[in-house]
Amino acid sequence: MEKIATREAYGKALVELGAQDARVVVLDADLAGATQTKIFKAAYPDRFYNAGIAEANMVNMAAGLSTMGLVPFCSSFAMFAAGRAYEQIRNSVAYPRFNVKVCATHAGVSVGEDGGSHQCIEDIALMRAIPGMTVIVPADANEARAATFALAEFEGPAYMRLARLATPVFEGDMVKPFELGKANVLREGKDVAVFACGLMVSEALEAAKILAADGIDAAVINIHTIKPIDSECVMKYAKQCGHVVTVEEHSTIGGLGDAVADVLMGKVNCSFKKIGVEDRFGQSGKAADVLREYGLTADQIAENIKASLS
Amino acid sequence: MSTAQLAATCKQVRRDIINMTANAGSGHPGGSLSAVELMVSVFDRMRIDAKKPHDENRDRFVLSKGHSAPCYYAVLAHHGFIDRAEYANFRQLHSILQGHPDAKKIPGIDASTGSLGQGCSIAVGMALGAKHRGMSDVKVYTLLGDGEMQEGQIWEACMAAAHYKLDNLTVIVDNNGLQIDGRNDEVMSLGDLAAKMRAFGFEVFELADGHDLDAIAAALDAAVPAGKPKCIIAHTVKGKGVSFMENQVGWHGKAPNEEQRAQALKELEG
Ligand SMILES: Cc1ncc(C[n+]2csc(CCOP(=O)(O)OP(=O)(O)O)c2C)c(N)n1
Repeated sequence: MEKIATREAYGKALVELGAQDARVVVLDADLAGATQTKIFKAAYPDRFYNAGIAEANMVNMAAGLSTMGLVPFCSSFAMFAAGRAYEQIRNSVAYPRFNVKVCATHAGVSVGEDGGSHQCIEDIALMRAIPGMTVIVPADANEARAATFALAEFEGPAYMRLARLATPVFEGDMVKPFELGKANVLREGKDVAVFACGLMVSEALEAAKILAADGIDAAVINIHTIKPIDSECVMKYAKQCGHVVTVEEHSTIGGLGDAVADVLMGKVNCSFKKIGVEDRFGQSGKAADVLREYGLTADQIAENIKASLS
Repeated sequence: MSTAQLAATCKQVRRDIINMTANAGSGHPGGSLSAVELMVSVFDRMRIDAKKPHDENRDRFVLSKGHSAPCYYAVLAHHGFIDRAEYANFRQLHSILQGHPDAKKIPGIDASTGSLGQGCSIAVGMALGAKHRGMSDVKVYTLLGDGEMQEGQIWEACMAAAHYKLDNLTVIVDNNGLQIDGRNDEVMSLGDLAAKMRAFGFEVFELADGHDLDAIAAALDAAVPAGKPKCIIAHTVKGKGVSFMENQVGWHGKAPNEEQRAQALKELEG
């Protein structure tokens, strides 16, 4: 199976988007190589603005550019975009409802070797707490491409979470149309509803195969839009299965798990289990090893789900 | 407008500031009063039209020191963007006159501010956007506090303004020497601000009297070398025009009571 990082798909999609939408401009903060905005820069040098190592200024310049009828996409690592520039996104982009897209790469522990200082596991929590913010976490390269286009169409502030690691590109039945706010059911099942986002979607699908061998029929749902979340779909599958598991490469505090819980709490009677980074910082290591350390590989997820059902 | 007309407008704006803050029982009179001549003069030059508040080709203004909202609102009212009847609702529930400017609520306000240190970057983005789109008529102004310049992001913005050769940008500093905890020089000295701005690539105009309308006009209208952003450092008096508020740090964020309102309005008769 082909492996492509969502950040790379994003960088390429920007070029395609640039060809058809002259309003699109791209900003970066000295990480254009890593975030892949360099691909856009090469294609459209006069539509690319480097802010230097100044993420706060980058976000606010994007805010200003958006008021001039442009559609700015700005990128840095999740740590520095959602983290360093949180308040700029909150007060100067989301509060006035400006049309700025913050597309942050290197989210989660799959960053690997750079270690805990660079593995942002709080960005979904930070971004979804902002009123009116749209939060997207594409599961694979195709979805990252589709989401990039959808964001350009969508009028308003948005955050997209992208990964460093090259991961499987979905094929065949797993390729679904992307619609903002509409979850994609990738596998039907009746015993447990597994809601996942980002890189954890393919792990959850693998986990479901392992569970199937044990006679457990797991539904796997890709929640690519964390906010606004597809409540209808979440409710339906929680009711249908009676058991809910969420899987994310993010802290279990404030992320996908909490977003799903917010939909269900007080409404649906079901068991509930959050799988993610459990109140710890990340650390250095090969991405695969780090993911294993945090219990985020398919076999570990399957074990965890099985345990939660018994 | 003539200098005399502008001076009359300034008086009216000052009365409005006093009334708004007194009505609300809160707000920021000190840094509003210091900025009156600066804001009135900028708006006198801006190509804006309350009937077409979203006109793409209009000039832009960002009140980076967002707490001077009462001054901003009074100037916007003078230009027909706000109905004076709204003054009574300043800082009240559901009001368009939020404690700090909210761009969603008032056409004519180009950015939401209040969190210090951010407006200058937004203005840089606007000026860059105007250049990007070849809108050569569009001028962008932003008003900063001197205390606000302690924020690191201001310097990120200044660096970017010079880097992108934003000669359509004017950064104005309301240099009243006071902030909340005391004098700038006690809290965190800015050192030689003019030299710093020059070093950052700005064409700097320093005004000994930041309430002198003719001097402000001259600085605003002065040409700059191609590619250079402009900086006007205006030495102002915090609380200007109300004797008991002048140069008093305590009037940064405190509203006048009824007695004080009456006295202030008396001093501002005109
Ligand atoms: C980021 C941020 N920190 C703190 C404040 C609180 N605050 C409001 S006004 C002010 C002092 C501003 O001083 P200055 O920029 O000199 O304004 P002026 O004296 O002209 O009112 C402070 C600290 C704020 N609004 N934003």
